Amino acid sequence: MEENDYILQVEDIHKAYGDREVLRGVSFTVRKGETKVFIGPSGTGKSTLLRCINQLTVPDRGRVFLHGEEVTNSGSRINYFRQRMGMVFQNFYLFDHLTAVRNVEIALLKVKRMDPKAAREKALYELRQVGMEDWADHYPAELSGGQAQRVSIARALAMDPDVILFDEPTSALDPELTREVLEVMKKLSNEGMTMLVVTHEMGFALSAASEVLFMERGLIVESGPPSEIPTSPVFERTRKFVGQFRDF
Amino acid sequence: MDQITFIIQALLPALADGLVLTLALIAVSAPLGFLLGAGLAVARTYGSRPLSFTARAFITFVKGCPLLLLLFILYFGLPAVGIRFSPFEAAMIGFIFCNGAYNSEYIRGALLSIKEGQMIAASALGMTRTQAIRYIILPQALRRAIPGMTNEFIYLIKYSSLAYMITVVELTGAGKLIATKYFTFTETFMVVGMVYLVLVTFTTIAANYLEKRYAVPV
Amino acid sequence: MTDTVSLVLQAVPYLFSGVGVTLGLVIVSLLIGLLMGVPMAVAQVYGPRSVWGIITVYVWIFRGLPNLVLLFLFYFGIYPLLGLDVPPFLVAVTVLGLRSGAYQSQIFRGAIQSIGEGQMTAARSLGMSTSQAITGVILPQAMRIALPGWSNEYPILLTDSAVCYAIGVMEILTRADQIVVLTAEPMTIYLVAAAIFILLNYGGMRIFARIEKKVNIPGFGERAL
Repeated sequence: MEENDYILQVEDIHKAYGDREVLRGVSFTVRKGETKVFIGPSGTGKSTLLRCINQLTVPDRGRVFLHGEEVTNSGSRINYFRQRMGMVFQNFYLFDHLTAVRNVEIALLKVKRMDPKAAREKALYELRQVGMEDWADHYPAELSGGQAQRVSIARALAMDPDVILFDEPTSALDPELTREVLEVMKKLSNEGMTMLVVTHEMGFALSAASEVLFMERGLIVESGPPSEIPTSPVFERTRKFVGQFRDF
Repeated sequence: MDQITFIIQALLPALADGLVLTLALIAVSAPLGFLLGAGLAVARTYGSRPLSFTARAFITFVKGCPLLLLLFILYFGLPAVGIRFSPFEAAMIGFIFCNGAYNSEYIRGALLSIKEGQMIAASALGMTRTQAIRYIILPQALRRAIPGMTNEFIYLIKYSSLAYMITVVELTGAGKLIATKYFTFTETFMVVGMVYLVLVTFTTIAANYLEKRYAVPV
Repeated sequence: MTDTVSLVLQAVPYLFSGVGVTLGLVIVSLLIGLLMGVPMAVAQVYGPRSVWGIITVYVWIFRGLPNLVLLFLFYFGIYPLLGLDVPPFLVAVTVLGLRSGAYQSQIFRGAIQSIGEGQMTAARSLGMSTSQAITGVILPQAMRIALPGWSNEYPILLTDSAVCYAIGVMEILTRADQIVVLTAEPMTIYLVAAAIFILLNYGGMRIFARIEKKVNIPGFGERAL
């Protein structure tokens, strides 16, 4: 059997809401350790794309493969696939009734059926990775936005996923809090985590991305390594778009 | 079929008489219960300390005491101290007290939810406290309390059945008497139940309409 | 007046033995209502439309009918029709429990629906099945949100328990009535009974306030995510 070294294969994803086509045929692949950053104007379907990958939104057409296994149309096996794909949301979606450490360990206990001691150890380990181990016993309402988001990253990490999907992780945060989250994300990227990131943070894209993909109106229109963005003709639209945000 | 004959010839006429009493009880108790509720709420919110305390004690008693017990006190208990009410009167008073006490909670909540600025503005215009309460605060509060009060009205429809326990032959009582006479308990009470359901459902629809039209968005 | 006082003193123990029955009625009915209300709420929010319809009809019936009618219907009608000789206490518990279930299902349904969609999304993104998400994430939060409204069921059931007098359950009111028949002192006895009910009410509310404090989570429910 051929060794498939693509972690993720996304083929021709289409999604429409009513007669509004949000994704019009998106395809790409992701290798182990790569960090792919998606940027583009709002409403171009970037978030929808991420949700189509773990089937939180079911695409109208197209297929997704994780390690060569098909994720789309997998019926009840989807829960198995979701365990292997972590997701971090713009609004964190931490479980409000659980402390930080309980948030991180709950899926380990319920989905992976880990032994409680092992789960607790793993949860505390991941909290340490994101710098939140001192806040283990605090509730989400007691945490700042940046802290909450870091806990939610720990929650995704604890499952030992093959890939983590970041859906505008810093968009809901005040500028001062954004940095702590981006630093955690950069660290993960450097350590070899495979990541798909939808973001407006160009600084992060430039320093951490293996590839930047520019999306417009439901399609990937430009893509390439971040080093090429300032000069390459490929990135003409990207430069125009980014110019509106900040200079780099 | 015997059942249908029974229903048409015996049950429905008897229930009709009972229904009249039920509707009479409701028709009298509801407006007076509303007035009592408004009065209690105003007394508790704006009244002097003794007045407020009295209102509060009354409400606590009526809410904590089961309605049936209250009816017994009014009908069986008071004669011992010289006050005699007819069954209908006793039932009516009990319902007015109960409806009034619960209504007053809703109205009081509504009164408290009205910002103090309203009272200040009214005073600045030269209104006395009484005028401000009567013309500015209370009308708004009553509109906000509409959902709660319509809810209480529906409870009134249902607990009017307790009047039977002090010998008022309203709808439920009529049903029991007929059922006992002809030994048709299940059929009778299902029909009685349906009548109540019609009354309650109709009221709910009317209440929704009222709320949409008059309830003020908070 | 010592006559009245000694009368009351003699009657009170008998009345108090009714407290056990009353509380039994209330607690069992509350539990039946809980065991029915939570699954019904979950079924209404997450289940198919047909289930939603059935539950809606059930709630409509049991919220629309007076207690007295339900008690008569079950005690004189339905149970005998089924050939069952059911003691008054159990009939009362059936009726009060089914009614409480109807009300509680709507309380829990409102609580579940007030929880932000993100909670379910996050749970599913971690690989939890819908039922795991419901039991592990949604319900623990919904129960806390529902607690104030739910604890309201206690005074309601407490006052409803007195209606069970109509089918001869030996709760407080029934016993009070028996004493009155024997002693012809209605006012005093009924007032004592009322005092007992009011105390039970007050005591219960204190307990619920304590429970609410205990399960309180700092900041819970303030930030809907």
